[in-house]
Amino acid sequence: MQEMRFEAPETLDAAVALLTNAEGEARVLAGGTDLLVQLRAEIIEPALVVDIKRIPEMLAITQASDGGFKIGAAVPCQALGENMALKAAWPGVVEGAELIGSTQIQGRASMGGNLCNASPAADSVPGMVAAGATVTIIGPDGEREIPVQDLPAGPGMTTLTKGEVVAFINLPSPAPNSADAYLRFIPRTEMDIAVVGAGVAVTIDDVGVCTAARVSLGAVGERVLLVDECAAALIGTPIDDAALDNLAAAASAATRPIDDKRGTKEYRTRVAGVLARRASIIARDRVGAK
Amino acid sequence: MPDEVKLNDMDSLNWVGTRPARPDGVDKVTGKARFGADLSLPGMLHGRVLRSPHAHAILKSIDTSKAEALPGVKAVVTRDDFNDMPSEFVPAGEMMVNYRDIVRNVMAREKVLYDGHAVAAVAATSASIARKALKLIEVDYEVLPHVIDVEEAMKPEAPLLHDDLFTVGVEPAPKKPSNIAKVVEFKLGDVEKGFGEADIIVERTFNTAPVHQGYIEPHACVASVNADGLAELWVTTQGHYVVRGHCARMLGMDISKLKVTASEIGGGFGGKTVVYLEPVALALSNKSGAPVKMVMSREEVFRASGPTSGARVYVKVGAKSDGTITAGHCELKYQAGAFQGSPVQPGAMCAFAPYDLENVDVIGYDVVSNRPKVAAYRAPGAPISEFGVECVIDEIAKKIGMDPLDIRMKNAAKEGTQAAYGPKFGPIGMISSLEQAKAHDHYSAPLGENQGRGVASGFWFNIGGETCVTMNVNEDGTVALLTGTPDIGGSRASLSMMAAEELGIDVDKVRPMIADTASLPYTFLTGGSRATFAGTTAIIHASKDAIDKMRARAAQFWDVSIDEVVWENGEARPASTNVGDFDPLSIEDIAKLANSTGGPISGRAEINVQGAGPSIGTHIVDVEVDKETGRVEILRYTVLQDAGKAVHPSYVEGQFQGGAVQGIGWALNEEYIYDDNGRLENAGFLDYRIPVASDVPMIDTVIVEVPNPVHPYGVRGVGETPIVPPMAAINAAIEQATGIRFTELPMSPPKVLKALDEAAASGGDD
Ligand SMILES: Cc1cc2nc3c(=O)[nH]c(=O)nc-3n(C[C@H](O)[C@H](O)[C@H](O)COP(=O)(O)OP(=O)(O)OC[C@H]3O[C@@H](n4cnc5c(N)ncnc54)[C@H](O)[C@@H]3O)c2cc1C
Repeated sequence: MQEMRFEAPETLDAAVALLTNAEGEARVLAGGTDLLVQLRAEIIEPALVVDIKRIPEMLAITQASDGGFKIGAAVPCQALGENMALKAAWPGVVEGAELIGSTQIQGRASMGGNLCNASPAADSVPGMVAAGATVTIIGPDGEREIPVQDLPAGPGMTTLTKGEVVAFINLPSPAPNSADAYLRFIPRTEMDIAVVGAGVAVTIDDVGVCTAARVSLGAVGERVLLVDECAAALIGTPIDDAALDNLAAAASAATRPIDDKRGTKEYRTRVAGVLARRASIIARDRVGAK
Repeated sequence: MPDEVKLNDMDSLNWVGTRPARPDGVDKVTGKARFGADLSLPGMLHGRVLRSPHAHAILKSIDTSKAEALPGVKAVVTRDDFNDMPSEFVPAGEMMVNYRDIVRNVMAREKVLYDGHAVAAVAATSASIARKALKLIEVDYEVLPHVIDVEEAMKPEAPLLHDDLFTVGVEPAPKKPSNIAKVVEFKLGDVEKGFGEADIIVERTFNTAPVHQGYIEPHACVASVNADGLAELWVTTQGHYVVRGHCARMLGMDISKLKVTASEIGGGFGGKTVVYLEPVALALSNKSGAPVKMVMSREEVFRASGPTSGARVYVKVGAKSDGTITAGHCELKYQAGAFQGSPVQPGAMCAFAPYDLENVDVIGYDVVSNRPKVAAYRAPGAPISEFGVECVIDEIAKKIGMDPLDIRMKNAAKEGTQAAYGPKFGPIGMISSLEQAKAHDHYSAPLGENQGRGVASGFWFNIGGETCVTMNVNEDGTVALLTGTPDIGGSRASLSMMAAEELGIDVDKVRPMIADTASLPYTFLTGGSRATFAGTTAIIHASKDAIDKMRARAAQFWDVSIDEVVWENGEARPASTNVGDFDPLSIEDIAKLANSTGGPISGRAEINVQGAGPSIGTHIVDVEVDKETGRVEILRYTVLQDAGKAVHPSYVEGQFQGGAVQGIGWALNEEYIYDDNGRLENAGFLDYRIPVASDVPMIDTVIVEVPNPVHPYGVRGVGETPIVPPMAAINAAIEQATGIRFTELPMSPPKVLKALDEAAASGGDD
């Protein structure tokens, strides 16, 4: 029987070297809340598992002088929620991360893992996409930076190549008069998987007109979508009922969901509009409250 | 019906009705409690089951040679390792099972009949070797057309599961086999006449989804068979005597050769009254000569263990404009799963049981289809039929402009009511629960926008049965209390309280234990809400036995006759001053004297307890409907139910709350989702959505106490009734919030939203 090798290196370089030189399937272990479940269910049988939690920068949140954030890929969601500066700057990103699982899961689960697991329903991803976040990837050929929405390739698949690790999630400094929000729909109140998710980030000028917007939808396509038509419906408006109706219609139109045990196509299409609308109202009102 | 007994003086109770800490509490909160999977033995092997990926197929051949050759594999069993058994029905909890079917459900023989049906099992030195060995077993299936839906399964052209299944209960007996195993009918009066007298008739057809008991602990056991044929089994079960009987039968053993010990149990709700892994583990242990542990995964629990039936329920009720119900008719089609034996019979019996009606006709069909065989689940069958009836009664109340509690009050069953299924009721709590519901502040609290309130009542019989208790008086006067019913809902607490009450000692001096099958005579399982009712009845008998023996010892010590000794407040005392001037002898004193007065002392009872009193409850629920997503939130929930007498009120309340929460899941989200090939798609708690804690408000409870006249303290069973009313109460609340009467469970967000959108498109009203 194949033995599984477990390594817990203390530097990123060592992690990359292990993954690059691995024979057979190799997996990064962050919080393990997806990976361990998949191991037990025999969905994956890796030859090598590389735990990145002993690498100090993987567990650090740093704020640059320009106000942007660099978040280690394995930072547990609990720690994101406890970082007041991050929460004040990107409340929507943090609320997405804080929806993952339960208290126990929060202590382990990371945004890096949530993103790299590449579920279209991943709760922290639409918030990151709406915020315009990028990821820093380190691999055998060095470092590259890509927008968050370009990391997943489809359900369970990423654009990472052999030996590559997501090292950091980078969030820009929010523009003045900006705010974001994330909402998901689940049939229960927690411990459930998003049937639809919506992340919205908006900037509103002094006279109440939306000058910039990004809208992202989860669980309605093969990966998290960034929907320009939704943003266009908000920009130049006071985010009033008319604009929100247009936004909801654009959101529903942008979906390309599947019928599955978690929701019908019809239902997801309809609720995507409802959630995009509700999340936009929350984001708008957050700007107003600032 | 057993005789009524003299009711105890309820004002002078020391323990009954109080809330001491439960004796199993510390073990459970510290993680020390040992559940089914927690036993490990030296040299133990790990057993795993190979399960069918097909819903319906002929098992042409099974080749296990490669698996057997894998190093670390110690035994493989298939159908060839179990003897076929003739058709014979035996009770399984509140339902019946047939040995011919059990042997086929435990290990498929001619055919596989559902996705997840056991085909072979392996015991190996590690779980991963066992897993690997399963992949080496080659099974040749000839896939057959399958049928999942109950009405499809009833059609003459439906794929036939069993070619020897001929419908029982119809005249003339059918010449062709079908998927309809049985037809039952309960009739009272003349429904045609009753409908003729009605001012209003409402008829509706409902669909309910099969729902799983959802116990947190999966099925698990450890079996150990010796070369001399002596065997032991450790198992999570509601009834270890029942497991012993089934296993001994299936393996051809003498009952005395098999000792079964019940582990702590992490929930059962009826689902742990049958055998799945146990005979397989014994067979693997027998073949390998080593102990074998088997634990189901959650996926296996969903695919292969019993839910309760999904059903099609047609209900027709006629009433006068003053609310008097003139006739009730109901047609029930229950899924049995792959083998006959759905709870349609109790469902049919309960359908109109909360009401005092003159004209009733209920007909029920037991239908097999390619799903796992159903097992008992809290009040088996009743929640399904009563859901339909309660919804229709609510609709009649709305149509005639009557309060939904008032219409129930007007028609309520009471002492002396003739039930359609046979008996005349003794005192029962329907009217009391309705009165207390009406008076409760929940019922008159204001409601906001998009909110609605619903009520519904529910009935369940409850049972007694074989029950044995031994009370050993220890050398220091403390008491070891041995009972044979596994403790699922806090029964050890209630049983030790009853022993303390009767003996007149501190509850802390009583140590309750669940005895293994070798230590007490046959005791029926924990089910039918019987453990506390029947257990306390037996304890009252056993206490009397112990007290009589202790009185005799005191009499001997004082050199008086036993009639001159009374037992009061935990002491033997002279019956009067004429007897002599003796200091009372406490149980502790008598324990010290035991050896010099004849030897150790115990009290015993081995009885078949009769006279379980039905329990009736009424629920009130407030919901809010999100009209843009179809999500239903439970805002407030109150259970009012007759307990006869609550021995430990906290555990009565716990039963009320647990039943209500399971009913909320049944109403809103739980369902089995099958793909086109008949494979179960949601075999896990992520997609089989039982409520999580944050989904429900604190469930308020009101314990109604209408004493059961055959129990000295008036105790009734309480555990099952609370799952009966929630679905109809929530249905009524949603109707009030939206104007839409749903006829299909679960009332999940996609269905609710679709109905709301359709209602809006058609101009609002339905
Ligand atoms: C009970 C429970 C509830 C849950 N609820 C939710 C929920 O509500 N919403 C939700 O979105 N998810 C939920 N999840 C899923 C899971 O918790 C999240 O996806 C979580 O964010 C994963 O993070 P992790 O750190 O545990 O990832 P891991 O399990 O460690 O990794 C996930 C995947 O990403 C890969 N990976 C991890 N980090 C990196 C990296 N830095 N570079 C490259 N690859 C990497 C791993 O190899 C693996 O394939 C739940 C899981 C459980 C068990």
